[in-house]
Amino acid sequence: MSEYLLQIDGKEVKAREGMTVLDAARGAGIAIPTLCYHEELAPFGGCRLCIVEAEGPTGSRLLASCVHPAEQNLVLRTRSDKIDRIRRTLLELLLAHAPHSTQLQELAQEYGADPDRFEQDASFCVHCGLCVRYCAEVKKKNAVGFIDRGTKKEISFVPQIASRECDRCKECFPLCPTSYLQAAFVLTASLAFPDSEGTGSAR
Amino acid sequence: MARIDSPEELAKLRQEVVSHRDPDAPRVSVCAGTGCLASGASQVVAAVKTEIERQGLQAAVESRGTGCHGFCERGPIIVIDPEEICYLQVTPDDVPEIISRTLKDKQVVERLLYVDPAAGEKVTRESDIPFYKHQQRLVFGPNRKIDPKNIEDYLAIGGYRALARALFEMSPEQVIEEVKRANLRGRGGAGFPTGIKWEAARNAPGEPKYVVVNCDEGDPGAYMDRSLMEGNPYSVLEGLIIGAYAIGANEGFVYIRQEYPLAVENLGVAIERAEEHGLLGPDILGSGFDFEVKVHRGAGAFVCGEETALLMSLEGVAGEPRPRPPYPAVKGLWGRPTNINNVETWATVPLIINRGAAAFASIGTEGSKGTKIFSLVGKITNTGLVEVPMGITLRDIVFNIGGGIPGGKKFKAVQTGGPSGGCIPEDQLDLKVDFDELTRAGSMMGSGGMIVMDQDTCMVDVARYFINFLTDESCGKCLPCREGLRQMHSILTKITEGKGKEGDIELLEQLSEVAREASLCALGKTAPNPFLSTFRYFKGEYEAHIKDRRCPALSCKALISYYIDPEKCTACLLCLKRCPDNAIDGGKKKIHIIDQDRCTNCGTCFDVCPSHFDAVRKISGEPVPPPIPEDRRTVVKKGKRGAGQ
Repeated sequence: MSEYLLQIDGKEVKAREGMTVLDAARGAGIAIPTLCYHEELAPFGGCRLCIVEAEGPTGSRLLASCVHPAEQNLVLRTRSDKIDRIRRTLLELLLAHAPHSTQLQELAQEYGADPDRFEQDASFCVHCGLCVRYCAEVKKKNAVGFIDRGTKKEISFVPQIASRECDRCKECFPLCPTSYLQAAFVLTASLAFPDSEGTGSAR
Repeated sequence: MARIDSPEELAKLRQEVVSHRDPDAPRVSVCAGTGCLASGASQVVAAVKTEIERQGLQAAVESRGTGCHGFCERGPIIVIDPEEICYLQVTPDDVPEIISRTLKDKQVVERLLYVDPAAGEKVTRESDIPFYKHQQRLVFGPNRKIDPKNIEDYLAIGGYRALARALFEMSPEQVIEEVKRANLRGRGGAGFPTGIKWEAARNAPGEPKYVVVNCDEGDPGAYMDRSLMEGNPYSVLEGLIIGAYAIGANEGFVYIRQEYPLAVENLGVAIERAEEHGLLGPDILGSGFDFEVKVHRGAGAFVCGEETALLMSLEGVAGEPRPRPPYPAVKGLWGRPTNINNVETWATVPLIINRGAAAFASIGTEGSKGTKIFSLVGKITNTGLVEVPMGITLRDIVFNIGGGIPGGKKFKAVQTGGPSGGCIPEDQLDLKVDFDELTRAGSMMGSGGMIVMDQDTCMVDVARYFINFLTDESCGKCLPCREGLRQMHSILTKITEGKGKEGDIELLEQLSEVAREASLCALGKTAPNPFLSTFRYFKGEYEAHIKDRRCPALSCKALISYYIDPEKCTACLLCLKRCPDNAIDGGKKKIHIIDQDRCTNCGTCFDVCPSHFDAVRKISGEPVPPPIPEDRRTVVKKGKRGAGQ
């Protein structure tokens, strides 16, 4: 298996074939913020917080480090004015949905993001897909999925599966950056299987 | 139909087909593309058949319903060869006269001819009509000669000759080399060199390999691929088989919109005919090369035109893009090397093999070779599909071919490249249309949509409209596109409603940067273009909306008022009777006045006021003049009003 040599923030970093830029950076102790990334899950590339800047012959370009394969001789920066500016706006877009998420608040502080930059939206799901992907890829149950598309997309529990599986699992709950997942579960459970422990009215 | 087992048999069959056709015998082609069908072409086709029989001409005259001729503005169209007599806007009632006068008596039906608006002269020959005269219809031209359900028509014009040549006279590497030398660039949007893409797929490790036709044309107003697929699916298939041979694929897919029923139908027929003739399936033309095609109908998501989303959809999962690299050429459909090209790209391949790379590359500009089909729509006299050599100027397309702007209005901008393209203003009309020039101007080639806008179009509203379209069509996977576009749309909407504020432009610019730099796929990366290009060329309009609460194009409803000029009003009662909100006060001989509090800005009064009065005006950015006093509201005949009043 080939081994690659990359340069991240001026530091020589080794990577094995199949590793992403994020894997390589974290392996070398270089921090890159992420939201939708989870080490047990296939790379998704949805939140784009993990963007890094790659030097190229025709100028720099941005890559999503969680999905971009580590390649020989890549020269990367994990912080720059441009990266910080874009991360800040991304965080502000997220905070319009979930101003109370501690994970987002911490990042907002680091990047100077203003939680009131954009008008608040009622839905506090940030579409990271961690619950949906964890349930599908790790638990292989598909008890929660995405419905609809684009700005109307939301997560939804499948009552038939959720009523059978979720009470004894709930491994996705701590993954959710906003607690929307718990709310969605309680709503589904109270409507579709009210005897669930999740609704507080245990059998 | 017996299968054809060698190039010689193909040539023999072609000869047989041609020998039954007298080149001097009259041939009637009725355009039966979707545009003409919508204006009643199927009745015209039926009338032609009946009338030819009724007048006993069936032995002497060939007739066929063909694919789109392109001049959709003036359909249904009939062309009679060999004289190329072109009749426009034909109704079934015209048909008996056409058959008896033109086919029997060899006379032209003058009233159905094109009239050149400049010279006022009638034009008989199709190729003399300015709309056609300035075009170079290499890929789209055969549409007019083919009944899409009849493979013999395609064989008669040399169809499948390129396939035979590729399979028997060229190695796969030579085919790729030819396409590379032709410098064919993908017609679907990005303009990536086709030959290099093919080579990457050929050289990528892994079996099997796949080839895919992208017929998920979704840009508003664009119908090039639709018309090619409806009118000449054979050329698309021929190009696909040649590409499959070059790449080493034995299986291909056509991803086609469900909303294109006629294209699906005609493609199905073309595949069936090709299979019967041994032009598809095992051992094509006895060459030992096997290739089969499956048709997959898309369910209507714009984003599935993006190649990785298309592949996801083909695999049966939600049509959301996946990150590149790995590119489809290396890891595409089910993780195998896959080559995706757009309909027009595939249809261009037989042309290159037939005429040779050098001939193809002799057309066009340094970086963009050959011809390109554009759909010319919007505020343009000749709506339709045009095929022009790369490097032609926008002015030639809009004015020489398109006939300029109707209604004596002024040209304002042309939007190229689909919803995520850009708007190009009047002072750039001499821009030479090719991939690189359009990109340099802040727009793009895209798949070839051209939407012409006149003086009444508000550029801020145009940006809002297209960003709205893209927000709706965002798949929602990545944040910059899903949330960024949503916010951009909301800001642009507020600006058009007169609620813009300082800082909006900076915010739009930042959101544009985020979408362009950080989005996952090309949809998101190009989505800010409608804002960026309109802001680049029409900055003043944005400022007028935000600072002066004024819409210079007098288009944004919230920023305009309607006003009746008392000097011009003749109290004709038209607007008063038609106003749906009873907002107009007046009467017989009493000058009409709009009650601004009741007016909902629907514009009915403006539309119905006869142009020779021209009394209703739109006002923006300034107060509406106060109503004239009651004692001066009596209409006085012209000439009498004045000193004494």
